[in-house]
Amino acid sequence: MPWEGTASSFAPVAIGVPLLVACLLAALGKLLPRWAVDAVATVAVVGVVALDVVLLRATRAGRVVTWVGAWTPSRGSSVGISLVADRLGAGLALLAGVLVLAALVYSWRYFEDVGAHYQVLILLFLAGMTGFVLSGDVFDMFVFFELMGAVAYALTGFLVEDDTAVQGALNFAIINSLGAYFTLTGIGILYARYGALGLPQLGEALAGQPPDALLVIAFCLVCVGFLVKAAVVPFHFWTADAEAVAPTPVCLLFSGVMVALGVYGVDRVYSTVFGEVLPHDAVRRALLVLGALTALVGALMCFLQRHLKRLLAYSTIAHVGLFLAAAGTLDGPGTTGAAVYVLGHAGIKGALFLIAGTVLSRYGSVDEVSLHGRGRDARVMPWLAVVAGLALAGLPPFGTGLGKAISEEALSASGFRWGPVLFVLVSALTGAAVLRAAGRIYFGLGPKPQDDDQDEASGDEQDRETPALPRVRATMLLPIAALLIGALAIGAVPAVARGVSSAAREFLDGQGYVQQALHGAAAEPPAPLTEAAWTATGVALDVLSVLLAAGLAALALWKAQLPDRLRTVTRPMRSAVAALRRAHSGHVGDYVAWLLLGIAAFTALVGVPMI
Amino acid sequence: MSVYAYVVAGALLLLGAIGIARSRDLVHAVVCLSISQSGTYVLLLAIGYQDGAPAPVFGSTSAPTTRVVDPVVQALTLTDIVVSATVTALLLALSIQIQKRHGTVDPDELSALEG
Repeated sequence: MPWEGTASSFAPVAIGVPLLVACLLAALGKLLPRWAVDAVATVAVVGVVALDVVLLRATRAGRVVTWVGAWTPSRGSSVGISLVADRLGAGLALLAGVLVLAALVYSWRYFEDVGAHYQVLILLFLAGMTGFVLSGDVFDMFVFFELMGAVAYALTGFLVEDDTAVQGALNFAIINSLGAYFTLTGIGILYARYGALGLPQLGEALAGQPPDALLVIAFCLVCVGFLVKAAVVPFHFWTADAEAVAPTPVCLLFSGVMVALGVYGVDRVYSTVFGEVLPHDAVRRALLVLGALTALVGALMCFLQRHLKRLLAYSTIAHVGLFLAAAGTLDGPGTTGAAVYVLGHAGIKGALFLIAGTVLSRYGSVDEVSLHGRGRDARVMPWLAVVAGLALAGLPPFGTGLGKAISEEALSASGFRWGPVLFVLVSALTGAAVLRAAGRIYFGLGPKPQDDDQDEASGDEQDRETPALPRVRATMLLPIAALLIGALAIGAVPAVARGVSSAAREFLDGQGYVQQALHGAAAEPPAPLTEAAWTATGVALDVLSVLLAAGLAALALWKAQLPDRLRTVTRPMRSAVAALRRAHSGHVGDYVAWLLLGIAAFTALVGVPMI
Repeated sequence: MSVYAYVVAGALLLLGAIGIARSRDLVHAVVCLSISQSGTYVLLLAIGYQDGAPAPVFGSTSAPTTRVVDPVVQALTLTDIVVSATVTALLLALSIQIQKRHGTVDPDELSALEG
């Protein structure tokens, strides 16, 4: 039977180790010196990363199924709770582990004075993320989702003396919790009807049922929490508030992996439970509409920011939109593109957040206008920032460029001709915003802009998270360099994309998931896709994005020198932009209203075409 | 179980959400969030309820074949309550901290995060 053997104990141990060490540190942290707390936490995370690697290797032979407490199914039915690690899930667990390791190493010298509860929270966060991606039970997914959530709220408001941090944490907590309750309602409806909570059990119970209104409502409600976590428009408002104020190493985790897990949740539940029931076309349309909208709103808001961390947060929203659009094709190439893009983006965006952290700790602000030319003395960081900005726009051979290229071709192949246009435009806008900020801060390019816009959140009020640093420490530079090299390797090593493509096909095979988990059927490892590689069109579109990004950045830097005739062209856009800005009000009541509207819109998008 | 319990569950969930949307005080918003969550408790318990069935405790007097209310949803509700306690405590602590830093708990007057 495939659910017995050593491999099946890796998944629970990978979740249990960080939980256990977190409890130990919470109890003993006050007695230990800072270096010992760091050492214990780092060793624990290295251990989890090693377990994830072993688990990922074990999944090559098929999904690793663990029935907790040995409540194995008999004759295809089970009351047990399962952990099901497939290649995509184990890969995401590994990504979470690696990013947590980078965040911890960066924090060694970044925070001078931090109690052991910081490391405790980071370890709990890792346990939540690992559990979420390895769980084979929809209620367990909810529990790990809530664990991830509660820890994330605490980490966001970690610097409680900061005015904005407490408000950002509160907005984040209320919206995320409310989203989770809608998810729980959806789970309740599923249980009421089918008497099961396990993904494989539900998948088997639903297969062959006619789709009806209650199923559509259950699917949409279950997705609400995941869409909130994924920062999909119009559920995205918490993201910029939280990521602008959370400690920088935590932003790396939010942006690099947590939001991607939201997209994973939607796709996992759809492919295992609802894939045989709800028509692909209706769900695909809903996901593509939400994805495209998210990408456009995120990119536009990103380009308008002057607060570095808000800028990066909106850029994350833009990229999540692209992930959702690519994964929303619900086919192998699209899911492969999204997964490669997630991996590349995690490295690049993580590095960018850590660079923003060095800016904050050295110059005491994250405002690109008031920091104009302040970073001229830095030697390495400017070039890392420029490389990361170009990579964000899709510079080959970075993983972001490859993910973008595969996604574009997947969308074109499915008949969505607007796909490549959207991807080029959005990645160029976000890359341009980063290049513009780097040009201003590190190179003093362009005239210093007039400081007259009162509407914008400026980065000057942002409190330092650390004492001022005379120079960037080696332990802070190392994670930045490692993340950039990792993102480069994901695009440059062909085996990565090939591996991801067979993981994606396995992920989409909901029937295979049910058969293997419940009936112990032998796994059939899917062949990798031939599309998962660089093509001439892909490289050309990537280069186009990079050139467009550089052009837009230059335009933004020197717009004051443009002739008046050209500047009047942009005037009609200003009222639309002002309205978009006003919608991001920082008011939690508004966010809840948008959430309710979003639920209605998503349900209508999925349900109305099926009537 | 009559449809009444499901109506109450849906109403609590939505009224709580609307309460947060209209809230002028963060403590009020936190309580509204708890009300929203109570909707999920009612829903879960209603799903497992059976008319005339006893609690799911088997002893010497009740045979294992007795019809009982569903213990699974009760376990889910307990988990849900634990989550609620954690989140509510955290949110109230944040509200106190917001009062200290901003001097107000009216969301209309908190404007540090616009745009």
